[in-house]
Formats: sequence, C-alpha cells, structure tokens
Amino acid sequence: MSQTADVGVKPPPPRDERVAQRSLLSRLLTRPEIGALVGAIIIYIIFFAVAPPFRDLDSLATVLYVSSTYGIPAVAVALLMIGGEFDLSAGVAVTSSALVASMFSYQFTVNMWVGVVVALVVALAIGFINGYLVVRTGIPSFLVTLGTFFMLRGLNLAVTKLVTGNVGTNDVSNIQGFESARKVFASTFTVGGVAIRVTLLWWLLFVVAGTWVLLRTHIGNWIFAVGGSAPNSRAVGVPVNRVKIGLFMTVGFLCWFTGMHILFAFNTVQSGIGVGNEFIYIVAAVVGGCLLTGGYGSAIGAAIGAFIFGMANQGIVYAGWNPDWFYFFLGALLLGAILLNNWVRKRAEAMR
Amino acid sequence: MTTTTAETRAAAPLVRLTNAGKRYGNIIALTGIDLEVSGSEVTCVLGDNGAGKSTLIKIIAGLHQHDEGTYEVEGEPVRFNSPREALARGIATVYQDLAVVSLMPVWRNFFLGNELRKGPAMDLARMRRTAKQELLDMGIDLRDVDQPIGTLSGGERQCVAIARAVHFGAKVLILDEPTAALGVKQAGVVLRYIVQAKERGIGVVFITHNPHHAYPVGDRFLLLNRGRSIGYFAKNEISLAELTGLMAGGAELEQLTHELQQAGGEDSELRQVAAALEHEIAELGVGAAPRSDGPAARDERPSP
Repeated sequence: MSQTADVGVKPPPPRDERVAQRSLLSRLLTRPEIGALVGAIIIYIIFFAVAPPFRDLDSLATVLYVSSTYGIPAVAVALLMIGGEFDLSAGVAVTSSALVASMFSYQFTVNMWVGVVVALVVALAIGFINGYLVVRTGIPSFLVTLGTFFMLRGLNLAVTKLVTGNVGTNDVSNIQGFESARKVFASTFTVGGVAIRVTLLWWLLFVVAGTWVLLRTHIGNWIFAVGGSAPNSRAVGVPVNRVKIGLFMTVGFLCWFTGMHILFAFNTVQSGIGVGNEFIYIVAAVVGGCLLTGGYGSAIGAAIGAFIFGMANQGIVYAGWNPDWFYFFLGALLLGAILLNNWVRKRAEAMR
Repeated sequence: MTTTTAETRAAAPLVRLTNAGKRYGNIIALTGIDLEVSGSEVTCVLGDNGAGKSTLIKIIAGLHQHDEGTYEVEGEPVRFNSPREALARGIATVYQDLAVVSLMPVWRNFFLGNELRKGPAMDLARMRRTAKQELLDMGIDLRDVDQPIGTLSGGERQCVAIARAVHFGAKVLILDEPTAALGVKQAGVVLRYIVQAKERGIGVVFITHNPHHAYPVGDRFLLLNRGRSIGYFAKNEISLAELTGLMAGGAELEQLTHELQQAGGEDSELRQVAAALEHEIAELGVGAAPRSDGPAARDERPSP
C-alpha cells in the first residue's frame, strides 16, 4: 500500500540552508498559548505588586485550586473548540453529574461509587446526545448545546425538587464509599506547609493527557483536521462524526469529574449552580489561544486561561477591591488578555 | 471487450471506459465516452465548463456510477460504490479544493487519515522525514514541513496533495483542474509534477480546459462538449494548434470576431482585437483538425 519502507532507509535529507536553526524563543513564539502566557505573567505581576496577601504560597495554592475547578472542564472544552464545536451545556452538565450521583446513592441507599458510575454514564450520554445531534442534523453546535443547556438547567431544578422536595440534595457524607470517593475527588494534602487540593494534580494530569493526545497521536491530528476543515478531512478518510462525538463525550467526562469534586467537597449540591460557567470554560480556551472557528489551539493554553481566571477571581479579593466590581474587572481583564493574545500571535506569525 | 484471462489482463490499461454514460434523471450528463489510461501515461480530458468533465471524474473516482457502457480497471469490469472502493484499487483523485487543512503543518496534512503509528502515538520523526523526502523525490523542495500548508503557494499545495496520493499507493491519479487557479509559473510546477508522476509509472487522468497545459504532458486527449466526446486523439494525431482550435470551437470564435468587428465600427481598439482574433483563427487552422471519433483513433496506442 505505501512505500514508507523504502523511504525509511534513505538517508535523511540534509538540513535546508534556507531555514536558520530556529531559536528556542522563536519556536516558543509560534505556540498558540504564548499570548496567554504573557498575559498571565503580567496579571500575576500586577496582583503581586498591589495585593500583599497574594504573595503567600497559601494564596497561590488557593488561586491554583480555583483555577483547577474551572481548568479541568476547560481542557475538554478547548479540545472540542479545536475540533470546531462549542458546548454551552458544559456548565450545567457539571451540576447534573453531581446531582445524579448524589441523589442516586441517597435514594437507592447504595454505595457512593455506584452513584459516581451512574453519573459518569449520564454525563457521557449528555455528551453523546450533544455530539450526535450536531453531526446528524448539521445544526451549529452553538444552537444545539444552547438547547441542551436550557433543558439540563430545567431538569436539574425540576428533578431535584421532585426527588428531594428541595432545591438542593441531601447530605451524602454518611453513605458508604463517601470517604474513599472524597479521597479521589476532593482530598487535600500538604507540601511544605502549604495545603494543596488534589484537583490540582488531576488538572495537571488532564492537561498533560490532552496535550499528548493533541500533538502526539493520530486522534489529535484528526481533531485539528475536523476543526480546520471537516469536508476535507472526510475526503481523506478521517471519521469526522466519530471524532466530534468523541470530543463532546470528553467534555461530558471532565464535567462529570468536576461535578464529583463539587459533590465530595461540599457533601450537598444546589441544583441551580453551574449556570454561566460554560462561558468561563470557553473564555479560558479562547484566552489560551484556541480559535473560535476551530483548527487551532492548545490544552496548555486553556490551562493558562483558567489560571488567569483564577488569579482575577482571587486577586481582587486579596487586593481588597470592592467585590461588586469583580465581573467588570474580570471582563476587562479577559478582553485585555484576548487582545494581547491576538497581538502576540500576529507578531509571532510575522516572525515566521 | 471484457478481457478476463490472465495474460490479456496484464496488457489491459489501468482504467478503461467504453461507451460510458451517465444520466441524472432525464438529463443526459454524459454519453458515449471512451477513455483509457495505462501506467506511465497521461490522458487529458479537455472541455469547457459544463462539458461533463466533473461527471466523468466522479464516475472514475467512484462518487457516481455509470449508467451506460463499461468501466474496467486492469481489464476487470467494476462498479464502485464509494471513493474508498476506488482508492482500494489504486485510483486516487485530487480534487480542485485539494482536501488539505490549511492551518495544519505540511507533514500532518501529508499523513492525514494515514498516520504512521508507534504504539499509541504517532511516529513523528518518521512522518516528518518521509513527507520531506517524498516531496523532494517529486521535485518539491520545501523549506520546512512544519509550516502550515496554507502558507504554501497554490501550486505547491497541489503538489503536496499529488505527492500524498502517490505515496499512499495510487496507480491512477485523477487530477481535477489542477492548474485552473494557478499563475503561469505555478502551473508549470504542477505540470512538471505530472510528468514526474508519469515517470514513476503512474497513469494520470488530467482534467483541464487549457490545451496549452494539456498538450505538453498528454499522451491522449479526450475532448468533451455538452456531455459528448467530440474527439479522442493520440498525441501523434493532433497538433497543439488543432487541439486549441477544437477546444475553442471554431464556429463560435468566428462569430465572436464578426460581432467584434461590427461593434468596433467606430472604435479602433476593438477593431484591432477583432483583426488579431481573425489572424489567430487562420493560424490555428480551425476546422482542419481531424475530428475522428472512429475506432482507429481510439484504439491505436501512440507510438513512442
């Protein structure tokens, strides 16, 4: 079929004299996440300067914790965006997963882990339905997931009220299996006197895994391709629909993970939370260098984007600014980060 | 016509259409088409817009099925239900829009859908090296296979798409207007590339509306007009001038000259254009071209 074997034994072509050995800096500048990195450093320096409590390692750990709770779903949202799609239902899907796990284990008095697995199935099913509707109908994912967003939001409240008679779930901390599940999803350990939440490790793991898949595997090649041009990818044999559905299910998976963290960190879940978080995931991905139109971006960038959000979120508190202004600052900050990102990327492209 | 014994199959052309046709409902898109291409041979399909070139490619590529006549691959009658089936028989099509993803690096595009794996990951080093080497072998010397393919020129992009098809085992390449959107120099690059593919033993079906591109590289020429063959020639049976004349449609050109002369009664510039056109028509020898649809022209292989 292919002649790769013959090619393999040929000596590698000599280095092209037209390409100067690219310096580390210039290679760094062509990465999609470079703009976000510069923005993150600037924001870090600003808060470091104006907010003395921000300088503590404990504060940094808190910032990282907040970042991780947004950063975990943002990894999947970034992959999905590179694949050319949106998911507006991600924010409430987190809540749905937590509600399902909590209510299932409580109502059926089964081991907590059973509820956790049931919630996983539900979250993956939500992702599958989103993806299936998008690829089957050809309706833009923005509209499809806007629909599922409202449906889930309604279901979260209605089903919770139906089952518990309340807007929140019952405390599940006495259920068997809670402690072991808490260890996995919401434990804390100390390193050098600094309390670190386990979500930070999971976040790192997911970012590394996402980056590896994107850059080193054929699946990653397909993700970039379906986002760059779905018809052209199909023409060369990429299973476009499977890739897209898989991406929506990945979002479902990481939403489930975040939902489990919320459940085991707080023991109860309020059915109304999560609304609006989908935008934070998307913003983290975009600030991190993902193109809204697909085909370009990185998982590391989304992580940096989430870190910027975490810094803004906590930094305003540490700086003692009036928290009423939080969303204004946040919006301005994100806009600035996106502008900076665009500017740096244009400069980087010009340097090529 | 159906040659199934082993020895005749060896001699059979890679692709042969006999009296092939295609209807869409009651519209006759294509009828009575004969075409063949063997290894190391370029068959050019020429025709103006709407002549049926696209339908013809779609039949060969497996996107559509023929309704009349026969389609044989290496002497065996076939009926492809999908492009994948055609690809499995070594018939690869490079479409006008190239099927490349502009934001992705050249090497990722080259292997898209056929990634080399090493365990769960891709063999990045070998993919980069192979892409570079394959392109070099076909005469394209890229500065950097890591550059997004969108930064290449149209001609280079076309060449990458062709090199990819060749690398992944194409025996027959169908090129859909590869030079249409290109400048003179870029078109030259692609033409050189077609010759390279031919020298590697690949049969090429080259679709174009430009006789100046077709003539230098082609071994056979099929001229289409309104879904019908208006001539099928081996290279030694036709000159470039005759080919151009046939393509332009002699009568229509004369009509145009006439109109220009009338319209340009008071405009000296238009009159000049008309005169130049008239001169050109005379030079081309329109009408003198051998319009042979007969079996003699069809079946005779060009003597080298």
